[in-house]
Amino acid sequence: MTAPAAHLQQTALNSVHRRMGARMVPFGGWDMPVEYSGIIPEHLAVRRAAGLFDVSHMGELDIRGPQALDLVQWVCCNDANRLAIGQAQYSGLMTEQGTFVDDLLVHKLANDHYWLVVNAANTDADFAHIQAHNRFDAQVTNASARYAQLALQGPRALEILQPLTAMPLAAIQYYWFAHGQVLGVDAVIARTGYTGEDGFELYFAPQHAERLWTALLAAGEAAGLIACGLGARNTLRLEAGMALYGHEIDAATMPWEANLGWICKMTKPGFLGQDRLAAAKANPPARRLVGFEMAEPGIARDGYPILSAGDGSPDAAAIGRVTSGSPAPFLGKNIGMAYVPPAAAQPGTQLKIGIRQRAAAAVVTPLPFYRRGKGGGTDNAPAGAHAGGNAAAPPA
Amino acid sequence: MASYPSQYRYTKEHEWISAEDGRGTVGITDYAQQQLGDVVYVEMPKTGAELKSAQAFGTVESVKAVSEIFSPVSGKVEEVNPDLTAAPELINQDPHGRGWLVKVQLANPAELDSLMSAAEYEQFIAAQRLD
Repeated sequence: MTAPAAHLQQTALNSVHRRMGARMVPFGGWDMPVEYSGIIPEHLAVRRAAGLFDVSHMGELDIRGPQALDLVQWVCCNDANRLAIGQAQYSGLMTEQGTFVDDLLVHKLANDHYWLVVNAANTDADFAHIQAHNRFDAQVTNASARYAQLALQGPRALEILQPLTAMPLAAIQYYWFAHGQVLGVDAVIARTGYTGEDGFELYFAPQHAERLWTALLAAGEAAGLIACGLGARNTLRLEAGMALYGHEIDAATMPWEANLGWICKMTKPGFLGQDRLAAAKANPPARRLVGFEMAEPGIARDGYPILSAGDGSPDAAAIGRVTSGSPAPFLGKNIGMAYVPPAAAQPGTQLKIGIRQRAAAAVVTPLPFYRRGKGGGTDNAPAGAHAGGNAAAPPA
Repeated sequence: MASYPSQYRYTKEHEWISAEDGRGTVGITDYAQQQLGDVVYVEMPKTGAELKSAQAFGTVESVKAVSEIFSPVSGKVEEVNPDLTAAPELINQDPHGRGWLVKVQLANPAELDSLMSAAEYEQFIAAQRLD
C-alpha cells in the first residue's frame, strides 16, 4: 500500500483509514480518505441512515480575552453578539475588500471565549489574518492540533450517539453545542454539519480518535452507519446547496453574489470590508450564484463555462463558470452551482454549458436542491433557504 | 482483484485491447476503474468514427472525476457497447469483459506490438503504486 506523501499532514486516524482500505487523496494539505465503499453508497447512507466522517483536518482557532467578542465582530461579517453561550453561527471571515478570507463556524463558549472552526487549507492564513487585525484585548491561538473532529451525520445520528453519552442529545438544538463526555472522553458535542442532514460534530483530544471512531462505527452498524469520505461530504453539501470555499466563495466573492447576504449584517458595528460592501451594495451585483440541473446527458464539472442563456454554440464566449458540478446520488440528477449574469439567474432560465466539445442544456433550479423533511423537532434550512433570514443559525 | 488477461495488450493510460483478425475490443483496466471509483457516465464516439493511436476518443466519469480514454490503436469504430448507457457500472463490475467500450477495425495491426503485455502492465502499475 502506498504511504502518504511526506509533505501532507495526517489526522490521528490516518492509519485506521488505510487499514480500512479507504482511497486516500491530498486535500487542503492533508492526506484524507475520499471514499471507503464508494461515494454513492456513502452518500445514500447519510441520507437514509447515518455516516461517520473524519474531519479532523478542519482548523480550530481559539479567541479569548475581555475583547474576544470585539475581535470576532471586527473580522467576521455575521453578528456574533446575537450568540448565546452554547450557540454556533455560520459566518464569513472578511478581507478589507468585503470578500471572503474563509467561511467558518463561530462558537460562543463564554463571554470572553469564542472558538472558530475553519477550513483546513485556510487555517494558517485565517490565523495570520485575525492576528494582523487584532487591535483588541484578545488572544488568538491556533488550537487545531489539540482537536480531532468526527462528523456523525444522518437521520439516525442521534439514536446512534445517545447510548454513548449521558448528555441528553435531543436537548441540543440545531446550531447549538454542549460540553459532555462520549465514552468517557471529554468532547464538544455540536449539532452542526455540512451534509443537509441532522447530525453531530464531535471535537475531542486526538489520542481518543481511534477508540471513538471504532466505537461509533460499531454502535451504529445495525442502524446502517458506515464510514464516509470527503467525496460523499462534497456531494452531500452540494445537494444541500452549501458553499465550499475555493469554489462558490473566495477572496473575490462578495457575500450577496453567493446568496450569503443573510450572514452579512450591514447594520452591526463596524467590521472589515463593511464600508466597501456598503458602497458596492448601491449597485446590483454583476453575477449571481445559481443552482442548475442538466437537461441533457452530461456532467458539468467545476470550471466548465456557461456559454449562454438560451441558445449557444460550443464556441460561444463564457458568460459564467460552474463552481461545483457533480452527479447528485440521492436526487439521481446531474446538478451544479454556477455564477451567471443576474439576467440569467431566475429559476427556469435555460443555460448552455460547455462540456468539452459540446454545448449541453441545463436549467436554473432553486437552491437548495435537497432539503430534508421535518422531524425530530428541528428543520434543516441549508444555505439557499435562508437568504434574508437573520437568525444566528439556519433558522429552526 | 481481477487478473490481467495474458492475451490482451495494455497502454500506459490504462486501456486494454483484445485483438484478433484485424479487429480489436477496447476497454479500461481493472486498475483504472479502481482509481476512478463508481462509473456513472460514459461518452463514446459514434460508429464509424476514426480513432488515432494514443489520442483521446471518449470519457468515462465517476462521481468525482472525468477520465479521458485514449485509443490503443488507430482504426474505425465498428461498435459501441450499447449496455453502458443504462449500466455504466459494468465497467466497475467487469472491466475486462462486459464493461468493454468499443470495437475497432484496426488500421495498422503492427501498432499492437508497441503496447505492453499483461506481465509488463502489472509491473507498470506496481511501480505506479509506489509513487
